[in-house]
Amino acid sequence: MEQSEVLRVARLARLKLADSEVDSYARQLTDILQYVEQLEEVQTDGVEPMAHPGGVTNVLRDDVVTESLPVAEALANAPRSDGRYFVVPAILDAG
Amino acid sequence: MDHQLIVGLEVHVQLLTQSKLFSGCINRFNPDEPNSQTDPVTLGLPGTLPVLNRRAVDLSIRTGLALNCEIAPFTRWDRKQYYYPDLPKAYQISQYDLPIAADGWLEFVADEETGERRRVRLIRAHLEEDAGKNLHDDSGRGGESRVDLNRCGTPLLEIVTQPDLRSAADSRKFLEELRLLLSYLEVSDCNMQEGSLRCDANVNLKVTTDDGHEVATPIAEIKNLNSFRGVEAAIEYEEQRQLEEWQRTGLKMGDVGGEKETRGWDADRGITFSQRGKEEAADYRYFPDPDLPPLTVSAEWLEEVRATLCEPPADRRERLQAAWALSAYDASVIIDRGRRLADYFEEVARLCGDGKQAANWVTQEVLRIMNDRGIEIGDFPISAPVLGTLLERIVSDAITVRSARTVFADLLEQAEGSQPVTVDDVDRVIDAKGLRKVEDTGQLEAAADAVLARNAKIADDVRGGKTNAVGPLIGQVMKEVRGADARAVRELLLKKING
Repeated sequence: MEQSEVLRVARLARLKLADSEVDSYARQLTDILQYVEQLEEVQTDGVEPMAHPGGVTNVLRDDVVTESLPVAEALANAPRSDGRYFVVPAILDAG
Repeated sequence: MDHQLIVGLEVHVQLLTQSKLFSGCINRFNPDEPNSQTDPVTLGLPGTLPVLNRRAVDLSIRTGLALNCEIAPFTRWDRKQYYYPDLPKAYQISQYDLPIAADGWLEFVADEETGERRRVRLIRAHLEEDAGKNLHDDSGRGGESRVDLNRCGTPLLEIVTQPDLRSAADSRKFLEELRLLLSYLEVSDCNMQEGSLRCDANVNLKVTTDDGHEVATPIAEIKNLNSFRGVEAAIEYEEQRQLEEWQRTGLKMGDVGGEKETRGWDADRGITFSQRGKEEAADYRYFPDPDLPPLTVSAEWLEEVRATLCEPPADRRERLQAAWALSAYDASVIIDRGRRLADYFEEVARLCGDGKQAANWVTQEVLRIMNDRGIEIGDFPISAPVLGTLLERIVSDAITVRSARTVFADLLEQAEGSQPVTVDDVDRVIDAKGLRKVEDTGQLEAAADAVLARNAKIADDVRGGKTNAVGPLIGQVMKEVRGADARAVRELLLKKING
């Protein structure tokens, strides 16, 4: 795995890597990918891709309302709040 | 040089469920009490598991069928990863390569005069969860943002069109027809101001150069348009901007720097502006969500949902014109005000047997009062059977239109006094006010003759040109013949006096 790929994956995951870490992660990720790539040796012609390992489908619930958390509890784990909203650093709405 | 505008829309529709897509947390627009509608699933707390809302699937299938889509017999759920404060899990559960509905179309009326319809093909409609809402500090740089997660997890259907639209006006008309259809289907309240219907527009131009070459300009995706006017204005602006940009730079789709760009719409300034750098195209790293088993839709389930479909507004508009001899304008006024008003009109028309009469009353009296009071037809105090019965009395020549207005006003007043108005009240008021037309013209003639004989002086005055002097005589005739039509009596008297 190239260093540039490691940096890209780190950026997507919002991880800040020290220069020394980039090399070691590149090696480790390469090892992991090679390990997983062994699966490609398995003959899968004519086998439907599996969507879920459980083998079940249609786990559904009826459209019934359950209780919400109190606001104070909803906000309890937030690094910052003003008692009503979660407060975060200023963002540009690009979403 | 010539150019052609090319537009495709992505429409996000919040579904009208009681609870959210993957938990029992209440689904309700409630910006005044931020973060009061969350639960561990909504907050993405560790150890929680999503469970799919059956109703959201029903409404998605209903929409897909009404949009002439194929409903996928097998779909699954994918994680779309991105970091944003309005999405606490850091991924959105969505449908990537197996949307619940695909390959549909919807037609809109492009030309109201001719009724010409244009068809827009739909690529897909997939079900996903909505994110929360970020509120930004407008004071300037260095501020902070606030996050309300009430909306987070609301079922959202994303409908994606082919780039089949060719003008800003057509784009708006298409979106209006789509909204009307969705509201007829009762799958969403489609309130653009509250964000239950939101639209992104993908816009670019096909430019034909003077030497006959065709080139495409880079695509701009204009995000989060939240009004019909905004959709039309933003696309109009973008058409002009891209034309000027192309003339200035010659940059084409596919060139370096010609990648797709995300733009916002500033309604106050009437401009679009670049939001996301072209170089950092989103990379969502979709993969199947292991927390959710796949969904299969059986033929029986499909038929069950199909039975809940209603006549599409476009078809109903045409049928009203044909069945009730309505003008295109009247039919549109009735249809565009929503399914309940269309139902109301049709019941009134059936009961009185005269579509034109029913349309006159519904588009004038009924809509005027609804607009004055800011109410919908469900809260209108005169029910369809009552109005239908009243209008039947006009159609069968039992009362005049003028008398019917009097009865109508009387019934409204009765409803004001919180006395529910029933069908029986129609004839009761007609008789109490003596408004039933006298069909026996002989009786009317005799009364007129008698009154004229008693008032020779007034008759002379009228004959001498003081036409208004006839007034008191009309009153006398009507006193003798209850239910006589004042206008008819006036005409009869004038005819007799003036020979």
